[in-house]
Amino acid sequence: MLDDFFTRAIVAGVGVALVAGPLGCFIVWRRLAYFGDTLSHAALLGVALAFLFEVNITLAVFAVSACVSLALLLLQKRATLSADALLGLLSHSALALGLVVLAFMTWIRIDLMGFLFGDILAVSKMDIAIVWLGGTIVLAVLAAIWRPLFAATVNRELAEAEGMNPERANIIFMLLMAAVIAISMKIVGVLLITAMLIIPAAAARRFASGPEQMALLAAGIGAASVVGGLFGSLEWDTPAGPSIVVAALGLFVLSVLPAVSRSPVKADEPEKRTTDFQKETRP
Amino acid sequence: MLKTPESLATLENAGIYRAGRWLVRGVAFSIDAGEIVTLIGPNGSGKSTTAKMALGILKPDEGTIRRRPDLKIAYVPQKLTVDWTLPLTVQRFMRLTGHTSAAEADEAMAATGVSHLATAEVRTLSGGEFQRVMLARAIARKPDLLVLDEPVQGVDFTGEIALYDLIKRIRDEMHCGILLISHDLHVVMAATDRVICLNGHVCCSGTPTVVASSPEYKALFGARAAPTLAVYEHHHDHSHLPDGRVLHGDGSITDHCHPQDGHHHHEDSPDEIHSHHDDKRKHDAR
Repeated sequence: MLDDFFTRAIVAGVGVALVAGPLGCFIVWRRLAYFGDTLSHAALLGVALAFLFEVNITLAVFAVSACVSLALLLLQKRATLSADALLGLLSHSALALGLVVLAFMTWIRIDLMGFLFGDILAVSKMDIAIVWLGGTIVLAVLAAIWRPLFAATVNRELAEAEGMNPERANIIFMLLMAAVIAISMKIVGVLLITAMLIIPAAAARRFASGPEQMALLAAGIGAASVVGGLFGSLEWDTPAGPSIVVAALGLFVLSVLPAVSRSPVKADEPEKRTTDFQKETRP
Repeated sequence: MLKTPESLATLENAGIYRAGRWLVRGVAFSIDAGEIVTLIGPNGSGKSTTAKMALGILKPDEGTIRRRPDLKIAYVPQKLTVDWTLPLTVQRFMRLTGHTSAAEADEAMAATGVSHLATAEVRTLSGGEFQRVMLARAIARKPDLLVLDEPVQGVDFTGEIALYDLIKRIRDEMHCGILLISHDLHVVMAATDRVICLNGHVCCSGTPTVVASSPEYKALFGARAAPTLAVYEHHHDHSHLPDGRVLHGDGSITDHCHPQDGHHHHEDSPDEIHSHHDDKRKHDAR
Protein backbone atom coordinates (compact mmCIF):
# COMPACT_ATOMS: atom_id res chain seq x y z
CA MET A 1 0.00 0.00 0.00
CA LEU A 2 2.83 2.37 0.89
CA ASP A 3 4.48 1.73 -2.44
CA ASP A 4 2.41 4.43 -4.05
CA PHE A 5 3.97 7.89 -3.56
CA PHE A 6 0.54 9.49 -3.24
CA THR A 7 -0.55 7.11 -0.47
CA ARG A 8 2.73 7.73 1.34
CA ALA A 9 2.11 11.47 1.09
CA ILE A 10 -1.38 11.14 2.59
CA VAL A 11 -0.22 8.87 5.43
CA ALA A 12 2.67 11.19 6.32
CA GLY A 13 0.59 14.36 5.97
CA VAL A 14 -2.25 13.03 8.11
CA GLY A 15 0.29 12.00 10.74
CA VAL A 16 1.67 15.54 10.89
CA ALA A 17 -1.82 17.07 11.00
CA LEU A 18 -2.91 14.87 13.92
CA VAL A 19 0.02 16.17 15.98
CA ALA A 20 -0.05 19.76 14.74
CA GLY A 21 -3.75 20.26 15.59
CA PRO A 22 -3.59 19.87 19.39
CA LEU A 23 -0.25 21.69 19.63
CA GLY A 24 -1.58 24.44 17.39
CA CYS A 25 -4.43 25.02 19.85
CA PHE A 26 -1.89 26.06 22.47
CA ILE A 27 -0.17 28.28 19.89
CA VAL A 28 -3.49 30.03 19.29
CA TRP A 29 -4.51 30.21 22.97
CA ARG A 30 -1.14 31.53 24.07
CA ARG A 31 -0.70 33.85 21.08
CA LEU A 32 2.52 32.18 20.05
CA ALA A 33 2.01 32.33 16.28
CA TYR A 34 5.16 34.35 15.86
CA PHE A 35 7.01 31.96 18.11
CA GLY A 36 6.07 29.10 15.78
CA ASP A 37 7.38 31.12 12.87
CA THR A 38 10.66 31.75 14.65
CA LEU A 39 11.20 28.08 15.41
CA SER A 40 10.42 27.00 11.88
CA HIS A 41 12.72 29.62 10.38
CA ALA A 42 15.45 28.41 12.67
CA ALA A 43 14.85 24.95 11.19
CA LEU A 44 16.69 26.03 8.04
CA LEU A 45 19.79 26.64 10.11
CA GLY A 46 19.33 23.10 11.40
CA VAL A 47 19.26 21.82 7.82
CA ALA A 48 22.46 23.68 6.99
CA LEU A 49 24.22 22.37 10.09
CA ALA A 50 23.06 18.84 9.30
CA PHE A 51 24.79 19.04 5.93
CA LEU A 52 27.88 20.62 7.45
CA PHE A 53 28.35 17.99 10.13
CA GLU A 54 26.76 15.17 8.13
CA VAL A 55 24.15 14.25 10.75
CA ASN A 56 20.48 13.34 10.50
CA ILE A 57 18.45 16.34 9.31
CA THR A 58 15.46 15.72 11.61
CA LEU A 59 17.72 15.48 14.65
CA ALA A 60 19.68 18.61 13.68
CA VAL A 61 16.49 20.60 13.13
CA PHE A 62 15.12 19.45 16.48
CA ALA A 63 18.36 20.43 18.22
CA VAL A 64 18.50 23.89 16.66
CA SER A 65 14.81 24.62 17.27
CA ALA A 66 15.15 23.45 20.87
CA CYS A 67 18.19 25.70 21.35
CA VAL A 68 16.35 28.67 19.88
CA SER A 69 13.33 28.16 22.14
CA LEU A 70 15.50 27.81 25.23
CA ALA A 71 17.49 30.89 24.18
CA LEU A 72 14.23 32.74 23.91
CA LEU A 73 13.20 31.66 27.43
CA LEU A 74 16.51 32.92 28.80
CA LEU A 75 16.43 36.19 26.87
CA GLN A 76 12.87 36.84 28.02
CA LYS A 77 13.99 36.58 31.64
CA ARG A 78 16.65 39.21 31.05
CA ALA A 79 13.92 41.26 29.33
CA THR A 80 15.92 44.01 27.69
CA LEU A 81 14.01 43.76 24.41
CA SER A 82 10.31 43.12 24.02
CA ALA A 83 9.24 39.58 23.20
CA ASP A 84 8.27 40.32 19.58
CA ALA A 85 11.56 42.11 18.88
CA LEU A 86 13.45 39.15 20.33
CA LEU A 87 11.45 36.73 18.21
CA GLY A 88 12.09 38.78 15.08
CA LEU A 89 15.76 38.89 15.87
CA LEU A 90 16.06 35.16 16.46
CA SER A 91 13.78 34.22 13.59
CA HIS A 92 15.43 36.11 10.79
CA SER A 93 18.99 35.80 11.97
CA ALA A 94 18.58 32.02 12.15
CA LEU A 95 17.05 31.97 8.66
CA ALA A 96 19.80 34.20 7.24
CA LEU A 97 22.51 32.24 9.01
CA GLY A 98 21.11 29.01 7.57
CA LEU A 99 21.13 30.42 4.03
CA VAL A 100 24.68 31.74 4.43
CA VAL A 101 25.98 28.43 5.79
CA LEU A 102 24.31 26.57 2.92
CA ALA A 103 25.88 28.95 0.39
CA PHE A 104 29.34 28.34 1.85
CA MET A 105 29.06 24.62 1.20
CA THR A 106 29.60 24.89 -2.53
CA TRP A 107 30.15 21.14 -2.83
CA ILE A 108 26.54 20.48 -1.88
CA ARG A 109 23.67 20.97 -4.28
CA ILE A 110 20.43 21.01 -2.35
CA ASP A 111 16.91 21.81 -3.36
CA LEU A 112 16.26 24.87 -1.21
CA MET A 113 12.67 25.07 -2.38
CA GLY A 114 12.12 21.58 -1.01
CA PHE A 115 13.02 22.77 2.47
CA LEU A 116 11.15 26.05 2.26
CA PHE A 117 7.91 24.63 0.89
CA GLY A 118 8.20 20.94 1.66
CA ASP A 119 8.36 17.90 -0.52
CA ILE A 120 5.51 15.74 0.66
CA LEU A 121 5.35 13.73 -2.56
CA ALA A 122 8.89 12.51 -1.99
CA VAL A 123 8.43 11.09 1.53
CA SER A 124 9.97 7.69 2.11
CA LYS A 125 8.77 4.86 4.33
CA MET A 126 11.46 5.99 6.75
CA ASP A 127 9.96 9.50 6.82
CA ILE A 128 6.55 8.00 7.57
CA ALA A 129 8.03 5.98 10.41
CA ILE A 130 9.63 9.15 11.85
CA VAL A 131 6.39 11.12 11.57
CA TRP A 132 4.19 8.49 13.20
CA LEU A 133 6.67 7.39 15.86
CA GLY A 134 7.73 10.95 16.68
CA GLY A 135 4.14 12.13 16.54
CA THR A 136 2.98 9.43 18.94
CA ILE A 137 5.68 10.41 21.42
CA VAL A 138 4.81 14.12 21.10
CA LEU A 139 1.10 13.46 21.67
CA ALA A 140 1.81 11.17 24.63
CA VAL A 141 3.97 13.83 26.30
CA LEU A 142 1.39 16.51 25.52
CA ALA A 143 -1.32 14.38 27.14
CA ALA A 144 0.89 13.96 30.21
CA ILE A 145 1.45 17.71 30.67
CA TRP A 146 -2.02 18.71 29.47
CA ARG A 147 -3.49 19.76 32.82
CA PRO A 148 -0.61 21.96 34.05
CA LEU A 149 -0.04 23.39 30.56
CA PHE A 150 -3.68 24.28 30.13
CA ALA A 151 -3.94 25.68 33.66
CA ALA A 152 -0.88 27.85 32.98
CA THR A 153 -2.47 29.00 29.72
CA VAL A 154 -5.55 30.19 31.58
CA ASN A 155 -3.57 31.86 34.35
CA ARG A 156 0.05 31.24 35.06
CA GLU A 157 0.08 32.55 38.61
CA LEU A 158 -2.96 30.54 39.57
CA ALA A 159 -1.33 27.41 38.17
CA GLU A 160 1.88 28.17 40.01
CA ALA A 161 0.16 28.93 43.33
CA GLU A 162 -1.77 25.68 43.16
CA GLY A 163 1.34 23.60 42.56
CA MET A 164 1.08 22.95 38.82
CA ASN A 165 4.70 23.87 38.03
CA PRO A 166 3.96 25.91 34.88
CA GLU A 167 7.65 26.60 34.23
CA ARG A 168 8.35 22.92 33.64
CA ALA A 169 5.24 22.53 31.49
CA ASN A 170 6.34 25.53 29.41
CA ILE A 171 9.80 24.16 28.74
CA ILE A 172 8.41 20.75 27.79
CA PHE A 173 5.90 22.44 25.50
CA MET A 174 8.67 24.35 23.73
CA LEU A 175 10.58 21.12 23.19
CA LEU A 176 7.43 19.52 21.77
CA MET A 177 7.14 22.44 19.36
CA ALA A 178 10.72 21.91 18.26
CA ALA A 179 9.97 18.20 17.73
CA VAL A 180 6.86 18.91 15.66
CA ILE A 181 8.77 21.32 13.46
CA ALA A 182 11.53 18.76 12.97
CA ILE A 183 9.16 16.00 11.92
CA SER A 184 6.86 18.13 9.79
CA MET A 185 9.45 20.22 7.95
CA LYS A 186 9.79 17.76 5.12
CA ILE A 187 6.02 17.59 4.66
CA VAL A 188 4.99 21.25 4.43
CA GLY A 189 8.32 23.07 4.53
CA VAL A 190 9.84 25.69 6.79
CA LEU A 191 7.62 28.55 5.63
CA LEU A 192 4.29 26.76 5.99
CA ILE A 193 4.62 24.82 9.25
CA THR A 194 3.06 27.59 11.29
CA ALA A 195 0.03 27.49 9.00
CA MET A 196 -0.48 23.78 9.78
CA LEU A 197 -0.32 24.61 13.48
CA ILE A 198 -2.60 27.63 13.51
CA ILE A 199 -5.20 27.37 10.77
CA PRO A 200 -6.81 24.04 11.81
CA ALA A 201 -6.90 25.20 15.44
CA ALA A 202 -8.45 28.51 14.44
CA ALA A 203 -11.03 26.72 12.30
CA ALA A 204 -11.87 24.40 15.20
CA ARG A 205 -12.54 27.21 17.66
CA ARG A 206 -16.08 28.04 16.61
CA PHE A 207 -17.28 24.47 16.93
CA ALA A 208 -15.54 23.65 20.20
CA SER A 209 -17.09 24.01 23.63
CA GLY A 210 -14.05 22.81 25.54
CA PRO A 211 -10.27 22.78 25.14
CA GLU A 212 -9.98 19.02 24.70
CA GLN A 213 -12.72 19.06 22.09
CA MET A 214 -11.00 21.87 20.25
CA ALA A 215 -7.75 19.90 20.14
CA LEU A 216 -9.51 16.84 18.64
CA LEU A 217 -11.39 18.99 16.13
CA ALA A 218 -8.18 20.75 15.10
CA ALA A 219 -6.52 17.39 14.48
CA GLY A 220 -9.50 16.31 12.37
CA ILE A 221 -9.64 19.54 10.38
CA GLY A 222 -5.88 19.34 9.78
CA ALA A 223 -6.19 15.77 8.49
CA ALA A 224 -9.06 16.79 6.20
CA SER A 225 -6.92 19.65 4.88
CA VAL A 226 -4.10 17.26 4.06
CA VAL A 227 -6.36 14.87 2.17
CA GLY A 228 -8.23 17.68 0.42
CA GLY A 229 -5.06 19.57 -0.43
CA LEU A 230 -3.30 16.54 -1.84
CA PHE A 231 -6.22 15.53 -4.03
CA GLY A 232 -6.52 19.15 -5.14
CA SER A 233 -2.86 19.28 -6.06
CA LEU A 234 -3.24 16.02 -8.02
CA GLU A 235 -6.31 17.36 -9.82
CA TRP A 236 -5.01 20.82 -10.69
CA ASP A 237 -1.29 20.09 -10.73
CA THR A 238 -0.49 22.59 -7.98
CA PRO A 239 2.38 22.30 -5.46
CA ALA A 240 1.39 19.89 -2.69
CA GLY A 241 2.49 21.76 0.46
CA PRO A 242 0.86 25.08 -0.40
CA SER A 243 -2.28 23.24 -1.62
CA ILE A 244 -2.67 21.68 1.84
CA VAL A 245 -2.45 25.10 3.46
CA VAL A 246 -4.97 26.51 0.97
CA ALA A 247 -7.35 23.65 1.79
CA ALA A 248 -6.97 24.45 5.50
CA LEU A 249 -7.65 28.09 4.79
CA GLY A 250 -10.82 27.07 2.93
CA LEU A 251 -12.03 25.13 5.96
CA PHE A 252 -11.23 28.09 8.21
CA VAL A 253 -13.22 30.45 6.00
CA LEU A 254 -16.13 28.01 6.05
CA SER A 255 -15.94 27.87 9.85
CA VAL A 256 -16.21 31.62 10.30
CA LEU A 257 -19.09 32.13 7.88
CA PRO A 258 -22.05 33.20 10.04
CA ALA A 259 -24.34 30.63 8.40
CA VAL A 260 -22.22 27.73 9.64
CA SER A 261 -22.06 29.16 13.12
CA ARG A 262 -23.38 26.80 15.72
CA SER A 263 -23.00 29.01 18.74
CA PRO A 264 -26.12 30.92 19.71
CA VAL A 265 -24.68 34.42 19.47
CA LYS A 266 -26.43 37.64 18.63
CA ALA A 267 -26.67 38.54 14.98
CA ASP A 268 -24.14 41.37 15.12
CA GLU A 269 -21.57 39.48 17.11
CA PRO A 270 -20.02 36.86 14.82
CA GLU A 271 -18.71 39.55 12.52
CA LYS A 272 -17.04 41.44 15.34
CA ARG A 273 -15.56 38.39 17.01
CA THR A 274 -14.13 37.14 13.79
CA THR A 275 -12.20 40.33 13.21
CA ASP A 276 -11.00 40.40 16.80
CA PHE A 277 -9.83 36.88 16.44
CA GLN A 278 -7.95 37.50 13.24
CA LYS A 279 -6.26 40.49 14.75
CA GLU A 280 -5.07 38.41 17.66
CA THR A 281 -3.67 35.53 15.71
CA ARG A 282 -1.74 37.65 13.31
CA PRO A 283 1.93 37.61 14.31
CA MET B 1 13.91 31.18 65.48
CA LEU B 2 10.55 30.32 66.95
CA LYS B 3 9.09 27.14 65.63
CA THR B 4 5.42 27.22 64.74
CA PRO B 5 4.67 23.90 63.13
CA GLU B 6 0.91 24.49 63.16
CA SER B 7 1.13 27.67 61.05
CA LEU B 8 0.14 27.21 57.43
CA ALA B 9 2.49 29.89 56.18
CA THR B 10 4.93 32.16 57.94
CA LEU B 11 6.63 35.22 56.48
CA GLU B 12 9.67 36.58 58.28
CA ASN B 13 11.10 39.94 57.31
CA ALA B 14 10.19 39.13 53.70
CA GLY B 15 10.79 41.64 50.92
CA ILE B 16 10.74 41.89 47.12
CA TYR B 17 13.21 44.09 45.27
CA ARG B 18 12.49 44.98 41.64
CA ALA B 19 14.01 47.51 39.24
CA GLY B 20 15.91 49.46 41.84
CA ARG B 21 13.34 49.66 44.60
CA TRP B 22 11.70 47.59 47.27
CA LEU B 23 8.12 46.83 46.33
CA VAL B 24 7.52 45.64 49.84
CA ARG B 25 9.89 45.02 52.68
CA GLY B 26 10.06 43.67 56.19
CA VAL B 27 6.78 41.79 56.04
CA ALA B 28 6.24 39.42 58.92
CA PHE B 29 3.09 37.52 59.76
CA SER B 30 1.74 33.99 59.85
CA ILE B 31 -1.56 32.32 59.10
CA ASP B 32 -2.93 29.44 61.10
CA ALA B 33 -5.69 27.03 60.18
CA GLY B 34 -9.11 28.50 60.80
CA GLU B 35 -7.81 32.05 60.79
CA ILE B 36 -8.77 34.94 58.52
CA VAL B 37 -6.03 37.46 57.87
CA THR B 38 -6.84 40.58 55.85
CA LEU B 39 -4.25 42.65 54.03
CA ILE B 40 -5.23 46.25 53.42
CA GLY B 41 -3.37 49.21 52.04
CA PRO B 42 -3.47 51.81 49.25
CA ASN B 43 -2.68 51.00 45.61
CA GLY B 44 0.92 49.94 45.10
CA SER B 45 1.40 49.23 48.77
CA GLY B 46 2.47 45.65 48.08
CA LYS B 47 -0.68 43.73 49.01
CA SER B 48 -0.68 41.48 45.97
CA THR B 49 3.11 41.16 46.09
CA THR B 50 2.89 40.02 49.69
CA ALA B 51 0.16 37.52 48.85
CA LYS B 52 2.25 36.18 45.97
CA MET B 53 5.16 35.64 48.34
CA ALA B 54 2.89 33.71 50.70
CA LEU B 55 1.67 31.67 47.71
CA GLY B 56 5.19 30.90 46.51
CA ILE B 57 4.74 32.66 43.15
CA LEU B 58 7.40 35.19 44.08
CA LYS B 59 10.60 34.27 45.87
CA PRO B 60 11.52 36.85 48.50
CA ASP B 61 14.75 38.77 47.89
CA GLU B 62 15.30 38.99 51.59
CA GLY B 63 13.78 37.25 54.59
CA THR B 64 12.23 33.82 54.62
CA ILE B 65 8.90 32.22 53.91
CA ARG B 66 7.92 28.90 55.31
CA ARG B 67 4.93 26.92 54.24
CA ARG B 68 3.70 23.76 55.91
CA PRO B 69 4.77 20.77 53.81
CA ASP B 70 2.01 19.42 51.53
CA LEU B 71 0.03 22.60 52.00
CA LYS B 72 -2.97 22.57 49.65
CA ILE B 73 -3.50 26.07 48.33
CA ALA B 74 -6.40 27.60 46.45
CA TYR B 75 -5.92 31.00 44.86
CA VAL B 76 -8.43 33.47 43.53
CA PRO B 77 -6.38 36.00 41.57
CA GLN B 78 -7.32 39.64 41.26
CA LYS B 79 -7.70 39.52 37.52
CA LEU B 80 -8.23 36.63 35.18
CA THR B 81 -9.13 37.21 31.57
CA VAL B 82 -10.17 34.43 29.25
CA ASP B 83 -10.30 35.49 25.63
CA TRP B 84 -12.34 34.23 22.74
CA THR B 85 -9.78 31.78 21.43
CA LEU B 86 -10.06 29.70 24.59
CA PRO B 87 -13.23 27.60 24.81
CA LEU B 88 -13.74 27.24 28.53
CA THR B 89 -16.98 26.45 30.30
CA VAL B 90 -17.53 26.94 34.01
CA GLN B 91 -17.64 23.16 34.46
CA ARG B 92 -14.24 22.75 32.85
CA PHE B 93 -12.86 25.73 34.76
CA MET B 94 -13.83 24.00 38.01
CA ARG B 95 -11.35 21.21 37.28
CA LEU B 96 -8.57 23.50 36.10
CA THR B 97 -5.84 22.46 38.51
CA GLY B 98 -7.07 19.25 40.08
CA HIS B 99 -9.34 16.26 39.91
CA THR B 100 -12.52 17.72 41.32
CA SER B 101 -15.45 15.31 41.21
CA ALA B 102 -18.71 16.45 39.66
CA ALA B 103 -20.41 16.23 43.06
CA GLU B 104 -17.78 18.41 44.73
CA ALA B 105 -17.99 20.93 41.91
CA ASP B 106 -21.80 21.03 42.10
CA GLU B 107 -21.69 21.52 45.85
CA ALA B 108 -19.20 24.37 45.60
CA MET B 109 -21.13 26.06 42.80
CA ALA B 110 -24.33 25.79 44.84
CA ALA B 111 -22.55 27.39 47.81
CA THR B 112 -21.62 30.47 45.79
CA GLY B 113 -24.90 30.49 43.87
CA VAL B 114 -23.59 29.81 40.38
CA SER B 115 -25.07 26.35 39.72
CA HIS B 116 -27.15 27.74 36.87
CA LEU B 117 -23.97 28.86 35.07
CA ALA B 118 -22.33 25.41 34.92
CA THR B 119 -22.44 25.15 31.13
CA ALA B 120 -21.86 28.84 30.40
CA GLU B 121 -18.65 29.96 28.78
CA VAL B 122 -16.42 31.70 31.28
CA ARG B 123 -15.81 34.74 29.08
CA THR B 124 -19.54 35.54 28.91
CA LEU B 125 -19.89 35.93 32.69
CA SER B 126 -20.23 39.28 34.38
CA GLY B 127 -17.56 40.42 36.82
CA GLY B 128 -19.56 39.43 39.88
CA GLU B 129 -20.55 36.06 38.42
CA PHE B 130 -16.97 35.26 37.55
CA GLN B 131 -15.79 36.20 41.04
CA ARG B 132 -18.27 33.69 42.48
CA VAL B 133 -17.22 31.05 39.95
CA MET B 134 -13.58 31.55 40.89
CA LEU B 135 -14.50 31.26 44.55
CA ALA B 136 -16.46 28.08 43.85
CA ARG B 137 -13.45 26.61 42.09
CA ALA B 138 -11.26 27.47 45.04
CA ILE B 139 -13.67 25.92 47.54
CA ALA B 140 -14.02 22.76 45.48
CA ARG B 141 -10.30 22.19 45.91
CA LYS B 142 -10.87 21.89 49.67
CA PRO B 143 -7.71 23.86 50.42
CA ASP B 144 -5.75 24.26 53.65
CA LEU B 145 -4.98 27.84 52.68
CA LEU B 146 -7.31 30.00 50.62
CA VAL B 147 -5.90 33.23 49.19
CA LEU B 148 -8.42 35.75 47.87
CA ASP B 149 -7.13 38.81 46.03
CA GLU B 150 -9.85 41.46 46.22
CA PRO B 151 -12.74 38.99 46.02
CA VAL B 152 -15.44 41.65 46.27
CA GLN B 153 -14.36 43.79 43.32
CA GLY B 154 -17.08 44.09 40.74
CA VAL B 155 -19.61 42.90 43.28
CA ASP B 156 -22.35 45.26 44.44
CA PHE B 157 -22.77 45.97 48.11
CA THR B 158 -25.45 43.38 48.85
CA GLY B 159 -23.32 40.86 47.04
CA GLU B 160 -20.34 42.00 49.04
CA ILE B 161 -22.06 41.22 52.33
CA ALA B 162 -23.19 37.85 51.02
CA LEU B 163 -19.66 37.11 49.85
CA TYR B 164 -18.17 38.03 53.22
CA ASP B 165 -20.75 35.81 54.91
CA LEU B 166 -19.75 33.02 52.58
CA ILE B 167 -16.05 33.47 53.27
CA LYS B 168 -16.74 33.28 56.99
CA ARG B 169 -18.78 30.11 56.44
CA ILE B 170 -15.97 28.57 54.40
CA ARG B 171 -13.59 29.22 57.26
CA ASP B 172 -16.00 27.81 59.85
CA GLU B 173 -16.91 24.70 57.87
CA MET B 174 -13.61 23.84 56.22
CA HIS B 175 -11.37 25.20 58.97
CA CYS B 176 -8.87 26.50 56.44
CA GLY B 177 -6.70 29.57 56.77
CA ILE B 178 -7.84 32.50 54.63
CA LEU B 179 -5.64 35.32 53.40
CA LEU B 180 -7.86 38.09 52.14
CA ILE B 181 -6.69 41.14 50.24
CA SER B 182 -9.02 44.08 50.47
CA HIS B 183 -8.95 47.09 48.22
CA ASP B 184 -10.87 49.04 50.79
CA LEU B 185 -8.76 50.73 53.42
CA HIS B 186 -11.57 51.07 55.90
CA VAL B 187 -14.03 48.28 55.49
CA VAL B 188 -12.95 44.80 56.35
CA MET B 189 -14.74 41.71 57.45
CA ALA B 190 -15.94 41.49 61.04
CA ALA B 191 -14.85 37.87 61.02
CA THR B 192 -11.26 38.88 60.30
CA ASP B 193 -8.94 37.71 63.05
CA ARG B 194 -6.11 39.99 62.07
CA VAL B 195 -5.74 42.99 59.80
CA ILE B 196 -2.35 43.84 58.36
CA CYS B 197 -2.01 47.29 56.89
CA LEU B 198 0.68 47.54 54.26
CA ASN B 199 2.31 50.54 52.73
CA GLY B 200 5.57 49.19 51.37
CA HIS B 201 6.05 47.65 54.80
CA VAL B 202 3.75 46.57 57.60
CA CYS B 203 2.30 49.83 58.86
CA CYS B 204 0.30 48.28 61.61
CA SER B 205 -1.60 45.13 62.38
CA GLY B 206 -4.18 43.97 64.86
CA THR B 207 -7.76 42.86 65.38
CA PRO B 208 -10.45 44.92 63.67
CA THR B 209 -12.74 47.00 65.81
CA VAL B 210 -16.39 46.54 65.16
CA VAL B 211 -17.84 49.98 64.71
CA ALA B 212 -21.52 49.40 64.37
CA SER B 213 -22.14 52.67 66.14
CA SER B 214 -20.07 54.90 63.86
CA PRO B 215 -22.49 57.39 62.26
CA GLU B 216 -20.39 57.91 59.08
CA TYR B 217 -20.22 54.20 58.59
CA LYS B 218 -23.96 53.73 58.97
CA ALA B 219 -24.64 56.62 56.66
CA LEU B 220 -22.34 55.15 54.07
CA PHE B 221 -23.50 51.57 54.10
CA GLY B 222 -26.74 51.41 56.06
CA ALA B 223 -27.46 49.78 59.40
CA ARG B 224 -27.98 46.33 57.90
CA ALA B 225 -24.31 46.08 57.07
CA ALA B 226 -23.18 46.60 60.61
CA PRO B 227 -23.17 42.99 61.83
CA THR B 228 -21.27 41.78 58.78
CA LEU B 229 -18.77 44.48 58.03
CA ALA B 230 -16.45 46.17 60.39
CA VAL B 231 -14.18 49.13 60.27
CA TYR B 232 -10.60 48.76 61.25
CA GLU B 233 -9.62 52.22 62.27
CA HIS B 234 -6.11 53.38 62.31
CA HIS B 235 -4.15 56.34 61.29
CA HIS B 236 -0.71 56.48 59.86
CA ASP B 237 1.73 57.97 62.32
CA HIS B 238 4.09 58.65 59.45
CA SER B 239 3.97 59.29 55.72
CA HIS B 240 6.32 58.44 52.88
CA LEU B 241 8.04 61.25 51.02
CA PRO B 242 8.56 61.07 47.24
CA ASP B 243 12.29 60.38 47.69
CA GLY B 244 11.57 57.36 49.88
CA ARG B 245 12.35 58.96 53.22
CA VAL B 246 9.84 58.84 56.01
CA LEU B 247 8.14 61.84 57.59
CA HIS B 248 7.01 60.98 61.09
CA GLY B 249 4.10 62.31 63.08
CA ASP B 250 6.49 64.13 65.41
CA GLY B 251 7.93 66.06 62.46
CA SER B 252 11.21 64.18 62.17
CA ILE B 253 12.48 62.65 58.94
CA THR B 254 14.32 59.32 58.72
CA ASP B 255 15.59 57.16 55.88
CA HIS B 256 13.72 54.07 56.98
CA CYS B 257 10.66 53.14 58.85
CA HIS B 258 11.21 51.10 61.99
CA PRO B 259 8.47 50.66 64.56
CA GLN B 260 10.99 50.74 67.40
CA ASP B 261 12.85 53.90 66.41
CA GLY B 262 10.92 56.10 68.79
CA HIS B 263 9.25 58.17 66.10
CA HIS B 264 6.22 55.94 66.05
CA HIS B 265 3.37 55.47 68.44
CA HIS B 266 2.98 52.08 70.03
CA GLU B 267 1.38 49.85 67.49
CA ASP B 268 -2.10 48.61 68.20
CA SER B 269 -2.45 50.63 71.36
CA PRO B 270 -5.84 52.20 72.06
CA ASP B 271 -4.58 55.71 71.30
CA GLU B 272 -3.97 54.51 67.74
CA ILE B 273 -7.67 54.39 67.17
CA HIS B 274 -9.11 57.59 65.86
CA SER B 275 -12.41 58.26 64.27
CA HIS B 276 -13.15 57.00 60.81
CA HIS B 277 -13.61 60.54 59.66
CA ASP B 278 -10.16 61.66 60.74
CA ASP B 279 -8.62 58.67 59.14
CA LYS B 280 -10.29 59.29 55.82
CA ARG B 281 -9.20 62.88 55.73
CA LYS B 282 -5.62 61.85 56.28
CA HIS B 283 -5.77 59.48 53.37
CA ASP B 284 -7.39 61.99 51.09
CA ALA B 285 -4.69 64.46 51.91
CA ARG B 286 -1.92 62.11 50.78
